Amino acid sequence: MIEVRIHGRGGQGAVIASKVLADAAFREGRYVQSFPSFGVERRGAPVAAFTRIDDRPVRIRCQIYHPDHVMVLDPSLMQVVDVTAGLKEGGWILINSEQPPESFGLSSRFRVATVDANRIAIKYHLGPRTAPIVNTAILGAFARITGIVSLEAVTEAVREAVPVKPEDNVAATKEAYESVVVNREHNYEQ
Amino acid sequence: MEKVIMGNHAVSYGVQLARVQVIAAYPITPQTQVVEMLSEFCADGLLDAKFIKVESEHSVMAAVVGASIAGARAFTATSSHGLALMHEVLHWASGGRLPIVMANVNRALGPGWNVWTEQTDSLAQRDTGWIQLYCETNQEVLDMVIQAYKIAETVLLPVMLVLDAFVLSHTEEPVDIPDQAAVDRFLPPYQPKFRLQPGNPCSFYGLVAPEHWMELRYKMQRAMEQAVEVTQQVGAEFGQVFGRPYDVVEKYRMEDAEIVLVTSGSIVGTSREVVDELRAQGQRVGLLKMRMFRPFPFVAVREALAGVKKVAVIDRNISYGHGGIFASELKAALYGMPNPPTVFPFIIGLGGRDVTPQSIHKIVQYTQQYDKPAEEIIWMEVKR
Repeated sequence: MIEVRIHGRGGQGAVIASKVLADAAFREGRYVQSFPSFGVERRGAPVAAFTRIDDRPVRIRCQIYHPDHVMVLDPSLMQVVDVTAGLKEGGWILINSEQPPESFGLSSRFRVATVDANRIAIKYHLGPRTAPIVNTAILGAFARITGIVSLEAVTEAVREAVPVKPEDNVAATKEAYESVVVNREHNYEQ
Repeated sequence: MEKVIMGNHAVSYGVQLARVQVIAAYPITPQTQVVEMLSEFCADGLLDAKFIKVESEHSVMAAVVGASIAGARAFTATSSHGLALMHEVLHWASGGRLPIVMANVNRALGPGWNVWTEQTDSLAQRDTGWIQLYCETNQEVLDMVIQAYKIAETVLLPVMLVLDAFVLSHTEEPVDIPDQAAVDRFLPPYQPKFRLQPGNPCSFYGLVAPEHWMELRYKMQRAMEQAVEVTQQVGAEFGQVFGRPYDVVEKYRMEDAEIVLVTSGSIVGTSREVVDELRAQGQRVGLLKMRMFRPFPFVAVREALAGVKKVAVIDRNISYGHGGIFASELKAALYGMPNPPTVFPFIIGLGGRDVTPQSIHKIVQYTQQYDKPAEEIIWMEVKR
């Protein structure tokens, strides 16, 4: 079973991202489960969302404490939340940032990647410039570095999940897939 | 068609497939998405139903009761404080023998404010004359809405189907959404025996003197007793048509089990994982899933637990001054059985505290370690 945790701020689309990731894996024949952190969310406040992907039905129904991979939709969360909490060794930390992965000084036990999802989301007018909605972009980068889901499955799931500007969102997913930057020490899984 | 949907929307799709005619609703977290989606279905012409907005849950149930008396298939959803506010009118639904279906998303009752899962809200309505069915997965939620109308319209009692806050209500997972034509064949339109119609005036809810009162209550109890078998029949028929059979309880890996976990709702799924792990180690541990709480399925429970040494009941609820509610009901059901199992009554996960596989392992270890429970209530993972 693969477990993924997504950190974001209320309004960035972390919960939708967890669902789209689940739906993409489901389209490729996997069993899935996704859920938000069971809290009382507010716009701008730190939130988390989770996805489980497996080759058999997901029956376990507790929160995820030891994720295989982590996505961070807002780099300012790195100062507020321990985004590596419980992260398994060798797991990916994918950060929405224009900075290179090395700049975060994260432990070499993890693989680090960054993608400038803000720039991409603003380019395709996804959300306001001051608070772009970056979820569809970061999923493209996630597909590329982990190989857990294909770009095609993610774009199909994005089209289904996003009622507004589906093609712009798909374009953002593809651009992030192409432009993700990984820590020099690490290669893609595919 | 299989889709990844949340538990709340599994309710909404079930209501749409059941061709419900009247919905009354008042929003409350964590249920609101159920009726939000239904209001969209009504607005978009995807469900030909009257959607009535009212000012409180008490009025919700009153509106649904009125619709049902008029002969409509009626639905609502609520949770926690909303259900508590409905309490009085719940009796008018069951006493009126109205086949209403309601989804209750289990949530703790305040104060302090807590929106997370706990079964105390629904279990506190134990004696209102509503059939209660607890769901483990989003698929079961959708399937139960369809079955609930068939059960309710057969025995003429309302059905409350229950799902856990967030752990099911807000969790997305694959659900097979059945074909409308197949559901139409399984669940034909509601044909009320009596209904309010202007052309044929009659009275409902008149005064009932002691001369007739007990007979009405006796008939309600008989209908409740009948509901066990009807639920089994409907679940079996559902299995024949849709490939997913249901019963009032489910035995999971109970062959030769010395210890049996008894639980309900979403904790069942996590418990299955633990039972599989322990079985792989050669430990004789099984699981009994309680789908039905009212009527209490005495016969099925006694049959399932005959010969078992120890039973660990996992309750996510409490009756203050007594204990876990499933545990106390189970003890009553086992009374008088030859060599009944020893019941270990655990309380865990109140107000949404997470229940993990490690929690279930600890429950099994306690049950293995002691011959009988050391306390009247075994509190798990509580800070004392």
